[in-house]
Amino acid sequence: MRNHILSILDKGMRLDGRKKDEYRDVIKVEYGVAGLAEGSAKVTMGKTEVVAGVKMEVMEPFSDTPNEGVIMVGEELLPLSNPEFEAGPPSVEAIELSRVVDRGIRESHALDLKQMCITPGEKVWGVSIDICPINDAGNLFDASALAAVAALKNTVFPSYDGKKVDYKKMTTKKLPLKELPISVTVCKIGKHFIVDPLSEEQKVADARLTVASTEKGMLCALQKGGIEPVTLEDIKCMVDIGLEKAKSLRKLLGGTK
Amino acid sequence: MTTLLVKEKDIVVPGQQLATGLDYVPGMGTYREGEYIFAARVGFLQIEGRMLKLIPLAGRYLPKRNDLIIARVIDVSMSYWRLDINSAYSAMLNIKDATSDYVPKGADLTQMLTFGEYIVTKIINVTPQFLIDLTMKDPGLRKLPEGRMLSVSSVKVPRIIGKKGSMVSMIKNATNCQIVVGQNGWIWLYGNDPVKELIACKAIAKIDAEAHTSGLTERIKTFLEKETGAPVEIPREIESMEYEG
Repeated sequence: MRNHILSILDKGMRLDGRKKDEYRDVIKVEYGVAGLAEGSAKVTMGKTEVVAGVKMEVMEPFSDTPNEGVIMVGEELLPLSNPEFEAGPPSVEAIELSRVVDRGIRESHALDLKQMCITPGEKVWGVSIDICPINDAGNLFDASALAAVAALKNTVFPSYDGKKVDYKKMTTKKLPLKELPISVTVCKIGKHFIVDPLSEEQKVADARLTVASTEKGMLCALQKGGIEPVTLEDIKCMVDIGLEKAKSLRKLLGGTK
Repeated sequence: MTTLLVKEKDIVVPGQQLATGLDYVPGMGTYREGEYIFAARVGFLQIEGRMLKLIPLAGRYLPKRNDLIIARVIDVSMSYWRLDINSAYSAMLNIKDATSDYVPKGADLTQMLTFGEYIVTKIINVTPQFLIDLTMKDPGLRKLPEGRMLSVSSVKVPRIIGKKGSMVSMIKNATNCQIVVGQNGWIWLYGNDPVKELIACKAIAKIDAEAHTSGLTERIKTFLEKETGAPVEIPREIESMEYEG
């Protein structure tokens, strides 16, 4: 399979006829897909579908950041989305995925965490983002990151009277979003760099680099995966592709408002 | 008192009562429980004399003797290989069914076939407990080289092969691809030209999606002509049964 994919890539094509740096046709972002969440979004990339939901709660801040809100990201790889996923405690892949999404949001300072403080040292808003792939046809990294950011954009605060959060009464106040970090995963197969890999391509890839960037093109997170090493030139090339492709994904989301 | 509770060619669902009484006999895809015959799968009902049979519309591949299938090696042991056959059950390929050559005791079987490799193979036996034996000894049975693997529902394989292999030969001729269709729904495909290979893939996906409709061969012909930009001929029904269909 690997040699076949490589020989097709040598001819400048992908398994499904795309160019190397092309995303799949149908990238769609839908907002508010889960009624009970404070914010939610569904991202469709070809046959890959990912749903993300945001829940808000009032909690105690961490002692080293007493006046900042808390972000938590969890991703669960549901067996219904891919026969290779198994139920039970999160796998290594699930933990990596959620941490990569988390890092993109955290390190880009997407949320103004200071604005999410209620009483310093006592009460802050905690945002938990839960991501579920509905169907995995490759590139869960980019789809999950996009879904998480879209869900944050969709989120409104529930009403809070100082004692209890009333999830039945939503306010119109949105999350203090400052940035929309966009992740692009670039895979290296042989000497080729491709974006938006299919499951088959992902399986035979030597290495991958997830590049998260802000609107101004500032890098905020990188994650290297795969068993083969990459050279400095490779990384430069992959980052360039990542920054370039992020522009088209960003258009799907619009601005921070 | 014997009554048929459904009509012939009705679509039935698992658990649906098909007949009461003892005059009818349960066939493929049906079972008897006391007075009743029930459907075990989703499918069209067919009545042959006293036998009630179902033509399945969906469902996983059920291994049958003499089926030509594509299998993937999942385990290599001292004297046999275990293979995934896209079914609920895995199959076994013994050394003696794999080669006529002498294999010394304790030889490394991964030299012949190793993990993840695909083979075209034939089922020689299925026990009632679904222990499945395979063979590589018939002509055309071989290890598959590098290529693309597609997966379709096994109940749609007959449409992909077509009458006496007409559909698959049409795709092969139009796209210059080598194609092997396994009864288990796995399809191996290789083309020198990736563009044409993709057209073949799309044609197979189209058959998979529209398998239940009539006039499919004509539509696939039009599709292939449009995509390749060359006239396509529907092959005459081929008399000799090739292993691909």
